[in-house]
Amino acid sequence: MSAQDHDVVQSAAFASQSAFRALMDAMARPGEVNILEGTGAPAPMAPATAALVRSLADYETPIWLDATFAAAPAVTEWIRFHTGAPIVTAPGDAAFALIADPRALPDFTAFAQGSEEYPDRSTTAIIQIERFAGPALVLKGPGIKTILAFAAEPLPDDFSRRLRDNRELFPRGIDLVFVAGRQIAALPRSVRVVEN
Amino acid sequence: MYVTVKGGERAIDNAHALLADKRRGDRDVAELSLAQIDNQLALGVDRVMSEGSLYDRELAALALKQARGDMVEAIFLLRAYRTTLPRFGASAPVETGAMDIRRRISATFKDLPGGQVLGPTFDYTHRLLDHTLTEQSDVPAAATAPTDETAFRSVADLLAGSGLIEGDAEPAGEVGDLTREPLSFPAGRDLRLQNLARGDEGFLLALAYSTQRGFGRNHPFAGEIRYGEVEVEFFAEDAGFTVPLGTVAITECQMVNQFTGTATQAPRFTRGYGIAFGQSERKSMAMALVDRALRARELGEEAGSPAQDEEFVLSHSDNVQATGFVEHLKLPHYVDFQAELGLLRQLQAEFFERGTETPEGSSKETPMQDAAE
Amino acid sequence: MSVTNSHNRDANVADATLPQRRAAMAVLAKATAADIARGLSHVGSDVAFTDARPAEIGLVMLRGRIGGGGAPFNIGETTVTRAAVRLASGETGFGYVLGRDREKARLAALCDALWQIDAKRQPVEDHIIAPLRQQQRERRALARAQTAATRVDFFTLVRGEDER
Repeated sequence: MSAQDHDVVQSAAFASQSAFRALMDAMARPGEVNILEGTGAPAPMAPATAALVRSLADYETPIWLDATFAAAPAVTEWIRFHTGAPIVTAPGDAAFALIADPRALPDFTAFAQGSEEYPDRSTTAIIQIERFAGPALVLKGPGIKTILAFAAEPLPDDFSRRLRDNRELFPRGIDLVFVAGRQIAALPRSVRVVEN
Repeated sequence: MYVTVKGGERAIDNAHALLADKRRGDRDVAELSLAQIDNQLALGVDRVMSEGSLYDRELAALALKQARGDMVEAIFLLRAYRTTLPRFGASAPVETGAMDIRRRISATFKDLPGGQVLGPTFDYTHRLLDHTLTEQSDVPAAATAPTDETAFRSVADLLAGSGLIEGDAEPAGEVGDLTREPLSFPAGRDLRLQNLARGDEGFLLALAYSTQRGFGRNHPFAGEIRYGEVEVEFFAEDAGFTVPLGTVAITECQMVNQFTGTATQAPRFTRGYGIAFGQSERKSMAMALVDRALRARELGEEAGSPAQDEEFVLSHSDNVQATGFVEHLKLPHYVDFQAELGLLRQLQAEFFERGTETPEGSSKETPMQDAAE
Repeated sequence: MSVTNSHNRDANVADATLPQRRAAMAVLAKATAADIARGLSHVGSDVAFTDARPAEIGLVMLRGRIGGGGAPFNIGETTVTRAAVRLASGETGFGYVLGRDREKARLAALCDALWQIDAKRQPVEDHIIAPLRQQQRERRALARAQTAATRVDFFTLVRGEDER
């Protein structure tokens, strides 16, 4: 292996690890926004989304694409080349769901919810939004010291109800990762929406 | 309870340095190269690959060198290494029927198509130490003979269709993988074979032997043993088609066993299957015998012997797991042991309070002497 | 040995040249990096390319069949190195080889990419694949001939009753 090869391999490994680290931090501190530099990817895939997919997906993690992503053949091709992950048409079969149009976010129950024995066998939805701003939800739960205001837009109008329903299923339910350009934040299934 | 104890760091560092020194040994003796190990201790490399569950001759040779020839340690090293790599996927099933044969024998039919070719075998050696190997030896090239293109048909193939021997079960569903999901019982034959393929040769050999000696007897014949090169192919998601990866050396054993039949099934031969990386004949034969023994329940046979006990066999076949649990006893158990000691003192005190006589000697021994035993 | 037993999913690739391309890949997979490099030097280095996938070492689970011909099961893993290169003209070449030789995977990918260019296919076949295939054939022929020398020629001794 030449020194140059070594550098290439090293940088790929570091990129994967830094994406994983950013996600781990985001999951550990629900609602807090982290920076993930990301990697080049075909539109409409955001750099941070691409970095997460490269780091997390492989041939054993089926991916579901929303209509916007599915309409971009370059995205499917990119995923196949870089991860080998199978693209599935049923969201319930997916380990990861990639959502480019948050307004058209499918009902959470369409995704895999995991089982009581294997709650990890649920879908993680990676949702691209425009910005972490707008009307805030007040959250509490593990990883949140007291309460935390979380804002993201655009989101479906009934997003707060969906989060509550998702929490009811615990330990089943889905995990949400939000991406806005180079920023990420996560809402794992453990978060509670504080009643207004 | 586990309590961390500090203070061994320098001792450990120095022990590692001493290990490296002893591994190298006398500096006046030439150091082993990996190529030497690969070439001249080839069957050791094969075993490390099989039980390390990783086909890579150079890595297996490195593991053997690092482990100072300790097989189980080398296997452990290979298993640990594989966890550092991503998996691209699973190959298409290798077609052992299309093997480029280096050895093929059958103990059931003398005149198989393709014939019996002995290949490089210890079988007809006299097991007398060859003192000429003490010095560097000058070995002549092996003899050659004209080849013909007769396919090496398998015994199962020859008997198939006659109703005298069972066929291969039809493919069904997902392929189980015990490196992904923990084993649960009863396990499918796919998982049993995966477990046995990486299982300890000594353990499987002993179990296989036990079936021959009457603990689950099922009258085996070595239907066929073949060793050679098979092509490996892999569906590459990025390329969009199946790509050839190269060849690997494999040993395969088909055991043919009696089966008395049931009310609905006529008597016929059944088969046990063994496969291992490289030239691993003893391993694949033992595996085939144990595979067949583990099918006792499926075939409605009486199943009371160790080799027929699926949970017993599959839970204890892995030498990395086994050595981990046995060798962990070397780790400090000071607190555990103090607790046991305290309990024992109390029990003894109660015992002596109840009785009058003192067992000979026991009162003179201190607990610390007990502990030293 | 020919490459057979292609996967069902290959049916999606409606390319008549695929069998020949795969046969070339099979030869490259069994060659050494040095041998491929030597062949490549005769094909010319006038083609610009980039690494679409830097060479990467990983594992492939080797599967066998229960009983030799039945349902698949997992035997154990093997190391595999893969790489992909993209030519300036758009072709993507893939290198998939057993073992951990990154340079070999990359060179194999480059050969595969060049092979897809009509003007380069014959030079690749002639200068890289053909000599390697010949070398591999000879090696295999020797191994087979040595194996054949260990074939048992049974003969039956006449015994028992007198011949009349």
